[in-house]
Amino acid sequence: MPKPVLDIQNLQVAFATDKGTVNAVKGVNLQVQPGEILAVVGESGSGKSVTARSVLELLPETAVTKGAIYLNGTDVLTMTPEQLRTVRGKDAAMVFQEPSTALNPVYTVGWQIIEGLRAHTPKGEKFDKAAARMRAIEILGQVGIPNPEERVDYFPHQFSGGQKQRVVIACALVLEPKLILADEPTTALDVTVQAEILDLLRACRDNLGASVLIITHNMGVVADLADRVAVMYQGQLIEEAPVVELFSQPREDYTKRLLAAVPRIGQRPTNPVVAASVPVAVSAQGLEVTYPGRFGASGHRAVDGVSFEIREGEVLGLVGESGSGKTTIGRAMVGLARATGGSLSVLGVSAVRAKAKAFKSIAREVGFVFQDPASSFNPQLSIGAAIAEPMLVHGIAKSVEAARPAVEKLLSDVQLPIEYFDRFPHELSGGQRQRASLARALALRPKLVIADEPTSALDVSVQARVLELFAELQKEYGFACLFITHDLAVVDQVASRVMVMHRGKIVEHGPTRDVLTAPKDDYTKRLVSSSPIADPVAQRSRRKSS
Amino acid sequence: MRALTKVFSSGIFAAARGSRGVQRGMLVTGLILTAFFVLMALLAPLIAPYGFAQLQIGKTYFGSQQPPSAKHLLGTTVGGMDVLSRVLWGSQTALLVIIFAVAMSIFAGVILGLVSGYFGGWLDRVLVVVADAVFAFPSLLLAIAMSIVISGGRSGLFSGILATSASITAVYIPQYFRVIRAEALRCKTEAFVESARVIGASHVRIMFQHIYKNSTRTLPLIMTLNASEAILTLAGLGFLGFGIDPTMGAEWGYDLNRSVADVSAGIWWTSVFPGLAIVLVVLGITLVGESLNDLADPRLRSRGAANLDEQEIAEVVPNA
Repeated sequence: MPKPVLDIQNLQVAFATDKGTVNAVKGVNLQVQPGEILAVVGESGSGKSVTARSVLELLPETAVTKGAIYLNGTDVLTMTPEQLRTVRGKDAAMVFQEPSTALNPVYTVGWQIIEGLRAHTPKGEKFDKAAARMRAIEILGQVGIPNPEERVDYFPHQFSGGQKQRVVIACALVLEPKLILADEPTTALDVTVQAEILDLLRACRDNLGASVLIITHNMGVVADLADRVAVMYQGQLIEEAPVVELFSQPREDYTKRLLAAVPRIGQRPTNPVVAASVPVAVSAQGLEVTYPGRFGASGHRAVDGVSFEIREGEVLGLVGESGSGKTTIGRAMVGLARATGGSLSVLGVSAVRAKAKAFKSIAREVGFVFQDPASSFNPQLSIGAAIAEPMLVHGIAKSVEAARPAVEKLLSDVQLPIEYFDRFPHELSGGQRQRASLARALALRPKLVIADEPTSALDVSVQARVLELFAELQKEYGFACLFITHDLAVVDQVASRVMVMHRGKIVEHGPTRDVLTAPKDDYTKRLVSSSPIADPVAQRSRRKSS
Repeated sequence: MRALTKVFSSGIFAAARGSRGVQRGMLVTGLILTAFFVLMALLAPLIAPYGFAQLQIGKTYFGSQQPPSAKHLLGTTVGGMDVLSRVLWGSQTALLVIIFAVAMSIFAGVILGLVSGYFGGWLDRVLVVVADAVFAFPSLLLAIAMSIVISGGRSGLFSGILATSASITAVYIPQYFRVIRAEALRCKTEAFVESARVIGASHVRIMFQHIYKNSTRTLPLIMTLNASEAILTLAGLGFLGFGIDPTMGAEWGYDLNRSVADVSAGIWWTSVFPGLAIVLVVLGITLVGESLNDLADPRLRSRGAANLDEQEIAEVVPNA
């Protein structure tokens, strides 16, 4: 058996925090063989990122590490800073999650690729600028940037998100490392772009022979890319298996639960379409939202002639990639964005070029669930005060205390203990906060709820439970809902009808299952085929056929 | 104001508990110096051997420029007043000026900053230009101009304190304004403010319930730094002769001014003690402010090393 590229032995990492020591990694053993793609999966806080970062000693100063990490046979943890510097980039390179922050905006991408070469020029040897530039152009071509001779002198902002991630990968590849550490490399990207980046990472292995350690929480990505999978839970490695075996015969209960929580299209019975006789709650005709441009430049038309209807008690899914205008539609319905053209009627009130007063009159009837549960609560208010706020604003309760019974009822409706009334947002986990967010949206028994990516900041297992809760509450409260998401499997679970948005226009709409299983529009087809299926066998056969 | 004092005191105590090492030393030294100063000001009528403007006991005059002795522990000034009593009473004046100056500038600055940052538009542009203009002024010059306008340059204790505080206020409003405005700008795009807007909350409610409550974290720091600068401005005014009349109140800057000629004559006690008082109070308050700033920032806060064998205190938050 060949020597592993990376051999982590009994790694322990602890962080000093204000509340004492937190053990993030508790004795992890992990090997990466040459030419292997190993995926490390787990929920947020499971220690998967910390493990990967400790390979290059990229942990904050508050961290203490123990154990051994052999990179090509030498222990990284006992290296001097100078030795470490020679290893970084050369033996192992890192690809970060967010390509737009991993690149320095004031230097050209060529400069940033060459920086690695310059840093690793041996002392006393002259750095060959022309050769380095040739190498940068070559590597940009290899990662699939068209026209690299010219674009080597471009700045990061002149590239799209997916291209930026390609550049980041080029920076990692330029010294031909034997190991690429990719920390959630596609999480910040749209699915169609994600598919391309995954292909590129696979090519790094197939063509350049590099091993890849990929950190991800997305089981679809794992199924698509990995040879072997390691599952982490609360700082420990609980299961390790070849990818097909892990998906078909998971051993640990946690792994089974994790796999069961992954939403799959067609997993549940279809949601019945609401009859045409039911009155309409929201209707839009040729809706346009234009963001004003700067200094007379023409504005950006985020929503361009969109027409749809939501009937009372109906859940309409709205899917699309970032920048498609899906969030803008939701925001225009409550006055957070200004509808500039066409018509939009929300519960009988026209929202086009409307004044703030018009939205105040419908505020009682509309609830809004925001994407990020961490920022949608005022950190200075208790959960109870936050949920009671709509009642105070609309004069239903005089004080937070007076609203306590109603709020406690809401808390139990969203399956939170009533003691959480007096807790503060930072004391709750992401899933709990999102439940509280649901409770706040439902406080006044609204006729309409707008949910803007309510589960995309959550771990899959938490997402599954929040979606279930959402479906139950929707049946109980009977509100109409616009459910905005980028995840096709999520929309399949909650919505009876779905609209697909692309560049400000609706490209396809119809009953959810029909659209997702038999898409007619080219863009929808691409969207559906790019979302990886959380099943390595099916995903592999699909990749071959495409 | 009650909310403010709550923010301030809870901030200090939490900071003192959470601090360690050099940071803790700085904070504790600052707190001791500041507490000593406040006590001195409160107890001045009890512990000062003489009145601040007293020149004689019965018919006997203290005499001018007497060296330290049992009767006058720190000697007497050129005007024939007891130095120790002047220093002790001076702390009272300084404390009153700090309270008035900080209270006035904080109220005006916070409200203007909130309104300006939250509503934006032309009002914001005008206020920012005015604040910048005040920033560009030499603060002592502005304070002198203000004190001439308010009291004609010299005055009694209360009007003197008011004039000095008002002039300091004018200089410091822009600092509070800028900080609160920046915080309001940051907060107003946060999801929780949008969520309040969707709920239908009024502007006043959003400004005070949501934005103000999340904008106060840097206030203790500016308050302490401004308090120390207020003392320096007060002393500067007194030194230049625009402060409080010596018969109406004791003031360290004035005493320093009067002792300038003494220094070359070898009479050290008239200048050293008021000077030392200014230095120690400013140092104390600045230490509190600086260490609060470091402790408030998790990246600057020092902690003990993590111990791998230690039992885990903060369990991972279980998922919902």
